[in-house]
Amino acid sequence: MTRAPIRVSRRAFLAHAGALIVTFSLAPLHVAAQDAATHKKLPGSLDKAPLLDAWIRVAADGSVTVFTGKAELGQGVKTALIALAAEELGVAPSRVALITADTSRTPNEGYTAGSNSMKDSGTAIQNAAAQVREILIERAAGKLGIAADRLHARDGAIVADDGRRLGFGDLVAESYATVRAQAQSKLKDPRTYIIVGTPLARVDIPAKVTGGVAYVQDLRLPGMLHARVVLPPSYGARLRDADIANVEKMPGVVKVFRDGSVLGVVAEHEFEAIRAMRALGASAHWDEHASLPQGDVHSALQALPSQTIVDADTHASGAAPARTLEATYRRAYQMHGAIGPSCAIGLYRDDALTVWTHSQGVYPLRGSIAEMLRMPSDRVHCIHAEGSGCYGHNAADDAAAHAALLARAMPGRPVRVQWMREQEHTFEPYGPAMIAKVRAGLDASGNIVEWDSEGWSNSHSTRPGGAGNLMPAWYLASPFQQPAPEPIPMPEGGGDRNSIPYYTLPNVHVVHHFIPSMPLRVSALRSLGAYTNVFAIESFVDELAKAAGADPVAFRIRHLTDQRARDVVNAAATRFGWEGFQRRRGLGRGFAFARYKNLAAYFAVAVEVSVERETGRTRLVRAAAAIDSGQAVNPDGLRNQVEGGIVQSMSWTLFEAVTFDATRITSVDWSAYPIARFADIPDRIDVDVIDRPGQPFLGTGEAAQGPTAAALANAIADATGARLRDLPLTRDRIKGMIGV
Amino acid sequence: MITLNVNGRARAVDADADTPLLYVLRDHLGLNGAKFGCGLGQCGACTVIVDGKAVFSCVTPISVLGGRAIRTVEGLGTVDDPGPLQRAFIAEQAAQCGYCIAGMMMRAQALIDANASPSDAQIRAHMMPNLCRCGTHMRILRAIRRAVDATHAASASTGGKHG
Amino acid sequence: MSAAEPSQGANSAPAGSSAAAQPQAWGEHTRVSRVVNGLFALVVSAGVSLGCAQAPPAADTAAAPTFDPARVAKGAELAAIGNCHACHTAEGGQSFAGGRALPTPFGTIYATNITPDIKTGIGRWTEAEFRRALHEGVDRGGHQLYPAFPYDHFTLVSDDDVGALYAFIMTREPVAARTPANRLIFPASIRPLLGIWKWLYFDPGRFVADERQSAEWNRGAYLVEGLAHCGACHTPRNFAGAEKRSERLEGGDAENWHAPALLAASPAPVPWTADALFGYLRNGFDARHGLAAGPMMSVVDGFANVPESDVRAIATYLTRLPGERRNAAAPDVVAAASAREFDPTARHAPDRASEASHAGAASRDAGEIIFAGACAICHYAGEALPARKPVPLALATSINATDPRDALRIVVDGLHPQPGDAGAIMPGFAGALTDEQIVAVVDYARARFSDAPRWTNIADTLRKIRREDGK
Repeated sequence: MTRAPIRVSRRAFLAHAGALIVTFSLAPLHVAAQDAATHKKLPGSLDKAPLLDAWIRVAADGSVTVFTGKAELGQGVKTALIALAAEELGVAPSRVALITADTSRTPNEGYTAGSNSMKDSGTAIQNAAAQVREILIERAAGKLGIAADRLHARDGAIVADDGRRLGFGDLVAESYATVRAQAQSKLKDPRTYIIVGTPLARVDIPAKVTGGVAYVQDLRLPGMLHARVVLPPSYGARLRDADIANVEKMPGVVKVFRDGSVLGVVAEHEFEAIRAMRALGASAHWDEHASLPQGDVHSALQALPSQTIVDADTHASGAAPARTLEATYRRAYQMHGAIGPSCAIGLYRDDALTVWTHSQGVYPLRGSIAEMLRMPSDRVHCIHAEGSGCYGHNAADDAAAHAALLARAMPGRPVRVQWMREQEHTFEPYGPAMIAKVRAGLDASGNIVEWDSEGWSNSHSTRPGGAGNLMPAWYLASPFQQPAPEPIPMPEGGGDRNSIPYYTLPNVHVVHHFIPSMPLRVSALRSLGAYTNVFAIESFVDELAKAAGADPVAFRIRHLTDQRARDVVNAAATRFGWEGFQRRRGLGRGFAFARYKNLAAYFAVAVEVSVERETGRTRLVRAAAAIDSGQAVNPDGLRNQVEGGIVQSMSWTLFEAVTFDATRITSVDWSAYPIARFADIPDRIDVDVIDRPGQPFLGTGEAAQGPTAAALANAIADATGARLRDLPLTRDRIKGMIGV
Repeated sequence: MITLNVNGRARAVDADADTPLLYVLRDHLGLNGAKFGCGLGQCGACTVIVDGKAVFSCVTPISVLGGRAIRTVEGLGTVDDPGPLQRAFIAEQAAQCGYCIAGMMMRAQALIDANASPSDAQIRAHMMPNLCRCGTHMRILRAIRRAVDATHAASASTGGKHG
Repeated sequence: MSAAEPSQGANSAPAGSSAAAQPQAWGEHTRVSRVVNGLFALVVSAGVSLGCAQAPPAADTAAAPTFDPARVAKGAELAAIGNCHACHTAEGGQSFAGGRALPTPFGTIYATNITPDIKTGIGRWTEAEFRRALHEGVDRGGHQLYPAFPYDHFTLVSDDDVGALYAFIMTREPVAARTPANRLIFPASIRPLLGIWKWLYFDPGRFVADERQSAEWNRGAYLVEGLAHCGACHTPRNFAGAEKRSERLEGGDAENWHAPALLAASPAPVPWTADALFGYLRNGFDARHGLAAGPMMSVVDGFANVPESDVRAIATYLTRLPGERRNAAAPDVVAAASAREFDPTARHAPDRASEASHAGAASRDAGEIIFAGACAICHYAGEALPARKPVPLALATSINATDPRDALRIVVDGLHPQPGDAGAIMPGFAGALTDEQIVAVVDYARARFSDAPRWTNIADTLRKIRREDGK
């Protein structure tokens, strides 16, 4: 067989002790020239990291290690990736170890975001595993002297149809460290799946329910110090002075750190650090100035300079509409609100820095921290350790930056930085406030014949990417400036994500106004612009259906041509009992559909709400949803994510808005920023998973956010006759619309 | 030096008397279950059981805990030998990020220990102090119900109260 | 001259006998229905039977009259001032459908269904019958009403306002809900004997303005003494459960809380100004007094939907009554209170070694250590974090009150807004602290933050609270 030129990589060298034979060649050290000539796009993230052993390693004892650049955020990705690898390799999932996001060990897959993990990493791992299996089969064929088609993988071995068997460990004496992935894989037939598509028990749950080490917050390194930071009281604040000398003398304090307006304290014990933080904060004097928009925040945003992007502009000839409707929808700034405030551990030793972090992107973070510390990035090592759910770009990277700064100030000792609740609440980047204005025309038969919409939003991504997006770096004596944000181009989009209706409409004009200037700190929050845009579209579609005298579900079906879209709509409606719904006083029903990004998961949901007339208090009573994520790897994981998305979206939609005065964020903790509690939880949520074996993975995590918001608004309108268009749909607003 | 009774064992702790239990559990005793979520008694991630009652360990100084029985999730069972509530949470896959779950379990355990057959409404009301941001509530309620039923059945079959 | 004193922050603020749709108690126990103390008493006079039922009115009609929306809207505002919703709605029940149990020293009374349901509500009542109930304390069938329904205040309400209230009530959702029978001990269970009580303690009659006072004052008086029925909670009652007129607004009881004195006897260190009281009633918070808590929460909830001028009038009236206090200048009091706040880091200042190594650690004030580890997490001096701190405890009425009940209530139950609402969250400490420890920390707080004499009945009061909660 042909041998590809061998390239020695440090990774391969380190990883294969005991199983590796390294040979050198005087051939060119990279294969790019050959690849470029024959290059076909490799599946998923294989394109970014084409060596098979970057993804799948088989050890001499036959155990399998899988590497992913993605991170476990609580969405169950670890379990799903293990399942994919185990399925293709024919091993039990319990024999597969998974290494996640580590700049020294795993491929660089950017951020764990956008519901792309299965598409990017799942596809890569599935294909890599299949290709490794084929290599092992080929080797076994050679050793056994039989044709490869008489062999298959089972229980960690390659088994012949005559019963002969070679364990994986017997087949890796020769490494495949240089073997590059191919564009095509011999994937298992989904009809033969024994792992994928079955309800899988999450690999991380047992430790989480028994007090095991499960989170970055649980890591304890020898000699570890505890640190707290004192954050500025507002974005524009600058530190004049603080009583550093006296705080340094407090019990247990080993150092007080100041660099410009960055202030922190390091102590032996955690509560000592907290006490010292309070003393330090109490003694600090800041210069502040009022810079936050007051009054009508949305109008203030719309008045800022913006860049206009035309996202859709299709025209078909036809008669003018018989009737035109128009409405404007708004959304407040909203929080990630991770239940565990951000945390990171830094260790600076021998001019190298290691950071344990729950950042969604360890590689971009590494580069940003290196830039901030003015170090070469190959001297910075970022390792992902799970945090609490982050739902996007929260303060994880900032805590990591603090850990880096403080660790460098305490060489040789690990420094653990834990943000406080109030700090996470006031400094995390929010989901931006948005405006969506929609106008549509119906023909005489009640079909939508034209659609024209405009949206306004700040950036939905200010991730690091550069020290300038690490908040602590803004406050250093030599500060880094936050770079001007760039819009995320369609079809993914940022503020314009899902702004183009998925319905088949003859005339569609969609424009987005990207507002670079950010009065409040903003970035990616689960589903980005899709939450507001789907809220607007699906609320407006209901308003159109009403004007057309049509049933909301039938109206949607009429305008959908994608059968998979119709399938989720029908499934949700049927599960809910849409046809036979009995309206009772104070109860209403609502429906919504969207295909995330118009190219990812299909999702539809029907809800029933109760509205208390005297108080406006509204509760989601029950929900019935249907999701099509392509091949379902772990259907129970899918259901878990969808249930969670519905509940979280309900909380955003009914309760949540960041509050602020002219200078400071005032929603500093859960008392000032209430979220759903058990009293608000519905009686039941049904989720139908429409499995599409063999189809590409479409992701799941963000599909429910927008449709749930619209379904709630539609149900409230059904119950009360009041159409609300401003998120959140608080009880005061609902009561105000109901009147007496 | 203060001696605390944690999960049935006496543990000597060298910490200031006004240190909240949460930091003593995590940093002095190396227990991971109780978590820092807010430190303000608003979220319940730090919930443990003291003398049968669910409390916020983030606002409970160790000075008040002499001679009192403290239970954490580690006391409910282990990975190899999970207790009934833990088995219920695993069976229902009642976690997404899981950060709130240990606190949820301790609050639930206090109810199960005090009330042999709580109604669904009582369970919901009892769990109000605890927040879950991921929206895992449905599964948490199902897991608690499952554990209640299992405990109830066990005590019915043994004819006595089962812990 | 008095300083009006409804309530306060971190400390209680009991209020209208009508406590609200209570927020769920998130603490380790569920709150038993509120106590409306001293609602009535019976004068048992052998053989006397006064106040016999009056003849029922003429044949009823089930016709549903229509109402002018403006009138209904006005009625809604008046109902918010009167806080009808709070008493006439069961916990978790439908609005105005009754069924809320009101424990009294004489047993339990159930608030009635006042929705316009024909069978179980007041759907058949004419406006005249409705008016008679409010003005005279007699129902449609001519039976006496227990003054748990404070008609001794509602008698002041004008006919026109009663009409607006009627329009509002009659346009609510009818709910079929039978009100449970009262469970009262003999002789309280004998309705007709209320005639005696009325003869002794009840003066029906509309409000009469005081010509010497401003229009705003009179409006405030009309509302406070009438519909808002503040005295029903904030006035002490006699053995017969009637308000003591000579001690008007000098402190009373409501639902396991003590409603503090509003006038001269108010324990609040900073006198209430009309502006401060207006802000408190409107927003539920004042920076120099604290939060509305307990039963006051629902009162404040209602005032958010009431014309501003009415809330102002109430504030004006209450701050200008005879007996208004003239105290030390407020800024001095506030500054002194801030200086008194607990500095948790002072215990661990550089010159104080860690306690763990201190031999005398055990002898330190147990209450102070509890305060440092449990309370000072939020109740601390200075602004270490961007946080909205509670007002200084030295300004809190409950810490300065003659009765430790409200301070204990708050420590035991905590404070919780309605689900979904923003509002202060204070955890309840009933499980974390033993009763002895609760007594110790409350005793410490009183000593540290108040100039008033130490309470001697903390333990007894806590025992009573535990009994009220069914523990």
